[in-house]
Amino acid sequence: MSDRTDSHLGSPLSRARRGMTGLSDKIRDRWADASKWQRWLVYAVLLALAIAAPSPAIGSFMSPYTDWASLLFNPIGTYILLAIGLNIVVGHAGLLDLGYVAFFAIGAYTLAYLGIKHGFTFWPTLILGMVLASVSGVILGAPTLRLRGDYLAIVTLGFGEIVRITATNTNAIGGARGLTPVPHPPGLFGVEFTLDPLPYYYLVLAMIVLAIVFSLRLERSRVGRAWTAIREDEDAAELMGVPTFKFKLLAFAIGALIGGLAGVVWSGKVIFIAPTNFPFILSATILAAVLLGGAGNIPGIVVGAFLIAWLPERFRGFADYRILVFGAALVLMMALRPQGLIPSRRRSAEIAEHSSGSSMGAEVADPRAAPVEVPK
Amino acid sequence: MTPPESTPPESTPPESTPPETAQPAAADQGRPPALELDNVVMRFGGVVALREVNLRVEQGQIAALIGPNGAGKTTVFNVVTGVCRPTEGAVRFLGRRIDGVKRFKIVKQGVARTFQNIRLFANMSALENVMVGADAHHRTGAVGAALGLPWHRHEEKQGREKAAELLDFVGISHRLTEGASNLPYGDQRRLEIARALATDPKLLLLDEPAAGMNPAEKRSLQELIRRIRDSGRTVLLIEHDMGLVMDISDHITVLDFGQKISEGLPREVRADPRVIEAYLGAPADAS
Repeated sequence: MSDRTDSHLGSPLSRARRGMTGLSDKIRDRWADASKWQRWLVYAVLLALAIAAPSPAIGSFMSPYTDWASLLFNPIGTYILLAIGLNIVVGHAGLLDLGYVAFFAIGAYTLAYLGIKHGFTFWPTLILGMVLASVSGVILGAPTLRLRGDYLAIVTLGFGEIVRITATNTNAIGGARGLTPVPHPPGLFGVEFTLDPLPYYYLVLAMIVLAIVFSLRLERSRVGRAWTAIREDEDAAELMGVPTFKFKLLAFAIGALIGGLAGVVWSGKVIFIAPTNFPFILSATILAAVLLGGAGNIPGIVVGAFLIAWLPERFRGFADYRILVFGAALVLMMALRPQGLIPSRRRSAEIAEHSSGSSMGAEVADPRAAPVEVPK
Repeated sequence: MTPPESTPPESTPPESTPPETAQPAAADQGRPPALELDNVVMRFGGVVALREVNLRVEQGQIAALIGPNGAGKTTVFNVVTGVCRPTEGAVRFLGRRIDGVKRFKIVKQGVARTFQNIRLFANMSALENVMVGADAHHRTGAVGAALGLPWHRHEEKQGREKAAELLDFVGISHRLTEGASNLPYGDQRRLEIARALATDPKLLLLDEPAAGMNPAEKRSLQELIRRIRDSGRTVLLIEHDMGLVMDISDHITVLDFGQKISEGLPREVRADPRVIEAYLGAPADAS
């Protein structure tokens, strides 16, 4: 095992990197040239794959140790949904959020508390959980988004911990013992949500598709342009009439909204939730999924989240060593693809130049910046 | 001097127009100046970047701000666009105070700028760069965009058309889909101008637009700046190329060490001994 890993380091490493870049560029060019119906065909195939995914035939290979359908709901589906949300904050607006799990927790607790204590049902609570998470995103963002970079990361990290610790110490919401039984969603189209994981998988799949559609639409609108402009040069963006604070807050609110959505959907299945379900390491894992997949690019982060969620389960046969193998796989992937598995072209160019001007004064611009093409 | 030149206190009364610049249609003396700096002082700690600067740019003019390096020219731009809030004094745009107003709101009111060191959104296409500028007047929020509502589509379409038109106006329509950082230097400067124009400014501030350009590029830039003026906008530029400045400007202000040392028509400024001294140093015998 270690021998094989070693052979990827050193000079073959850069060759392997180049090989992978070449391949992903080729796919991207092909995609850019594809006609409308070809794209729809790909979407249809992907959706069919996702719908067929829980079949035992696929499961016996993908997950020999655990029930495949439950795995598809959690962690795979949940992680993908969370990664799509965090991608808006980190990938688009370029804000480092280390406390993203807080919004997931707020969504989950909304359903658990209102469902158990006040008899709320799933669907209205879904909306309520999203709104509450989003509002808490604004409350967190309003005072802190004036900070940049590392400072923002530290404040969000603290927020994630505050939410978890508050939940642990508040008896009204179960304290450290948690809350149970969280209500399942009521039946829909004749499908009952009980202990069978399949309906939950399709529920989270539907949410993922919705989140992807909305996320892509935002990306290609004035909002997405503003986020990109902020990420590339915040001062210049402001001086071109972009209300940068408002758009950063918006990114936070939308990211939190999707986090809350994931929280409600997740808690609708698990029956029992406790503060220990929302550790810092979950925020870090989702962030790893976004960065590993290629921040800013939806196909990339879906693949990234899938791998992050799936690999540790697949390696269950390695028993105590599975996290070691998982870690080695992460290291290998980052060595081969520092920009992420499927990054957006724009984002990988930004990482390549890893610097941006920040003064208004008398320097000379560098016209020799790394060449980039922007796909249209 | 026919139209909008009003007489600042200490300059000689204007009696003739520079022959090469066509003056825009008549303007009454009662119009507020496009830009007015009133005793503006800008201190950064112990450094005084601007000392009681008075500056007036009349509507419809091409005005220039010149001076040796470190004279405070870019600081004037930063004060006008809200990057720095002046320590003392007032900044008025079309008669309204704009010092202390948020930067993006100043843009909305109609002031746009370019940067001395080019600050494009390097990894966005030329078209997208300009669309960011055009978005300054758009109102679609997240909901409209996520749901693809009709007014959002309308704004997108309108923004894209406007951006394409402006790229054509500055002469780089063939670069539409290229990444901004891939453009040749001169085209990057033009793209910055197009992006600023997309915000529909009444006053356009150009910070050394000709820097790094060859003579042919400079000539076409000069023509572009005139066309911008002729489209009804006021232009204030910082420029080191004296040939270009003298050729194009209706009015010139000279700064040195944060102070205004001279202003007036190009030929008046050129003949002013204080200006010559600032640029060439004091004569050896006077100390």
